[in-house]
Amino acid sequence: MRLERRAAASRLMAVLAPVLAVVAAALGAALLFAVMGKDPIACLHTLFIAPLADATGVSELALKATPLLLCAIGIAVGVQANVWNIGAEGQFTMGAITGGAVALWLGPDGAWFVLPLVLLAGVLGGMAWAGIAALLRTRFNAHEILVTLMLSYVAIQLLGWLVRGPMQDPEGFNFPQSRQFEPAATLPLLFEGGRVTIAALFALLAVPAGALLLGRTLIGYRIRVVGLAPGAARYAGFSETAAVWFCLLLSGGLAGLAGVSEVAGPIGQLLPSISPGYGFAAIIVAFLGRLRPVGILLAALLMALLYLGGEALQITQQLPLAATGVIQGMLLLFLLGADVLVHYRIRLGGRAHGRGRSGRG
Amino acid sequence: MAAGEAAVDDGVMLVALLVATLRAAAPLILAATGELVTERAGVLNLGVEGMMLVGAVVGFAATITTGSHWLGLLAAMAAGMAMAGIFAALTLGLRANQVASGLALTIFGVGFSALFGAPFQSHPIPGLATVIFPNLAAASPFMQQLLLLDPLVWLALAAPFAVQRFLARSRAGLVLRAVGESAEVAHSFGYAVIRIRLAATLFGGAMAGLAGVSLSLAYTPMWTENMVAGRGWIALALVVFSTWKPHFVTLGALLFGFVTIAGFQANAWGIPVAPNLLATLPYLATILVLVLISRDRLRLKLNAPASLGKPFHPV
Repeated sequence: MRLERRAAASRLMAVLAPVLAVVAAALGAALLFAVMGKDPIACLHTLFIAPLADATGVSELALKATPLLLCAIGIAVGVQANVWNIGAEGQFTMGAITGGAVALWLGPDGAWFVLPLVLLAGVLGGMAWAGIAALLRTRFNAHEILVTLMLSYVAIQLLGWLVRGPMQDPEGFNFPQSRQFEPAATLPLLFEGGRVTIAALFALLAVPAGALLLGRTLIGYRIRVVGLAPGAARYAGFSETAAVWFCLLLSGGLAGLAGVSEVAGPIGQLLPSISPGYGFAAIIVAFLGRLRPVGILLAALLMALLYLGGEALQITQQLPLAATGVIQGMLLLFLLGADVLVHYRIRLGGRAHGRGRSGRG
Repeated sequence: MAAGEAAVDDGVMLVALLVATLRAAAPLILAATGELVTERAGVLNLGVEGMMLVGAVVGFAATITTGSHWLGLLAAMAAGMAMAGIFAALTLGLRANQVASGLALTIFGVGFSALFGAPFQSHPIPGLATVIFPNLAAASPFMQQLLLLDPLVWLALAAPFAVQRFLARSRAGLVLRAVGESAEVAHSFGYAVIRIRLAATLFGGAMAGLAGVSLSLAYTPMWTENMVAGRGWIALALVVFSTWKPHFVTLGALLFGFVTIAGFQANAWGIPVAPNLLATLPYLATILVLVLISRDRLRLKLNAPASLGKPFHPV
């Protein structure tokens, strides 16, 4: 068996590879359940079908897809410019901190402008956190992969300190948590009875906005050229520095919005842990969605389903929550493997079409 | 007489500080030395954190089940190599993007170690025995301190020397570097580029596995979820810091070890800073050294393996 390069990337395979990866991950999950002594069919049902059985499930799906979608669109735009922001978790946390600070400070006022300021503070917090990485990359050549990731650890510790220190609820029996945000500083619900807030609309809006940015604007064009052909981009006078700044500020802002929307939404206060790894899972979402906003929407829904299903598995099948993480990881590994089919076709047997020299690999 | 005793006490404290620094540095040295070899062959594996986590939990579980620390170490190396094998299958076999595959490996490792380790969570075991000259322990308080060093610390101190010698003085090391500098040229000389890169990747995995298990068997002898806490990423930064030279890995790791220990000790030394803030020190230090080393673009470019991260496809 060997690989033969396609003349052009296969569009069919580009769409098919994520589907193949999902199927393979589901089979892998079934195997995992069997190894852990559970009924694989029942577990797969709990994971993929049961969470969607009622309206509450669908609303919870939208709730979990929202932060994933916001973070993933920013990450995907960056990856197209070869800018790897893998610290969305940190910008998410920072957005929650800055937005939360404004919520705690101005919330009691109850004025109409409190909520917009809370959201703005969250966006700016995420942008500032990613901006550090942009500055260090463009000014000092420090790679953004490591810097954004290190800053994530810092942000999480910072939140841990704040809810035990300056932002701790004085009447909270010394629990590490802030006061509950006032209604004026909390996002309105999309509909009564659910937990979905209008943040879901922001996320949905980000899909066409992202598609428009990448497909129809000069900035989007420059981003793609910088990513695909840095040499050509330099020759054309497209600034790599500008692309790095743009991508990091955009993805940081979106992650910050996701973070503030969580604390000013379903959570309603600052806690030491505000994310079940949305920022990291969003990397998988971005790749699974082929770095394209519409694909990312579908991938975010699938990933949200995995989160819900994972929780259901914990309750009904007594499986550790970590099983979700394994399935998420398998999904990305299988996807990267299946992607070989986009650029290569698999030939079985001898070297029928002897183009070029014979290789060792 | 009292002054003399105080001097001895100070001395012992200094040795204790050195020992603590070495213990904190050892996992970083092991992981970074392995990754350095991988990168010198031209492969950028960002999955160090994931490989360390899997090594930590598998080694811990093997030690609990078999009762033997040595089997635990072997199991951790095997687990690290298995993880590196997944990465190699994707990047060398299926020609996937190295950056994305490394991230995927870490995400998978975080999940897998949490799931696999759930039954062993916070189950303490006797730490890795210190094997060197138990009779000397009674001789002096200095010796007592040095005896706190487990075999993995000694291995970590020796590994960069061995790797330096291998890379600089052996034929195999020369070939490995050639593959990392220019895979095409090495290929045209008849070397099996893919196989050499596979070997270098697996070595990196084994070392990452050892680094992980040094945390769960020696540094804090228990398994807790996500206990590697970013050390795999710090090790990756250390390789950049070292400009791909083994001895500088040790130097950088000692620096990080000291920063970590200083963070733990700050409150004992009467510096009133919240533990959460002190815990940010190693991460901030990583960013700082990365900035200091990366700003010299020319030096980085001259020292980095020229083919680092670039895929090679014969035919």
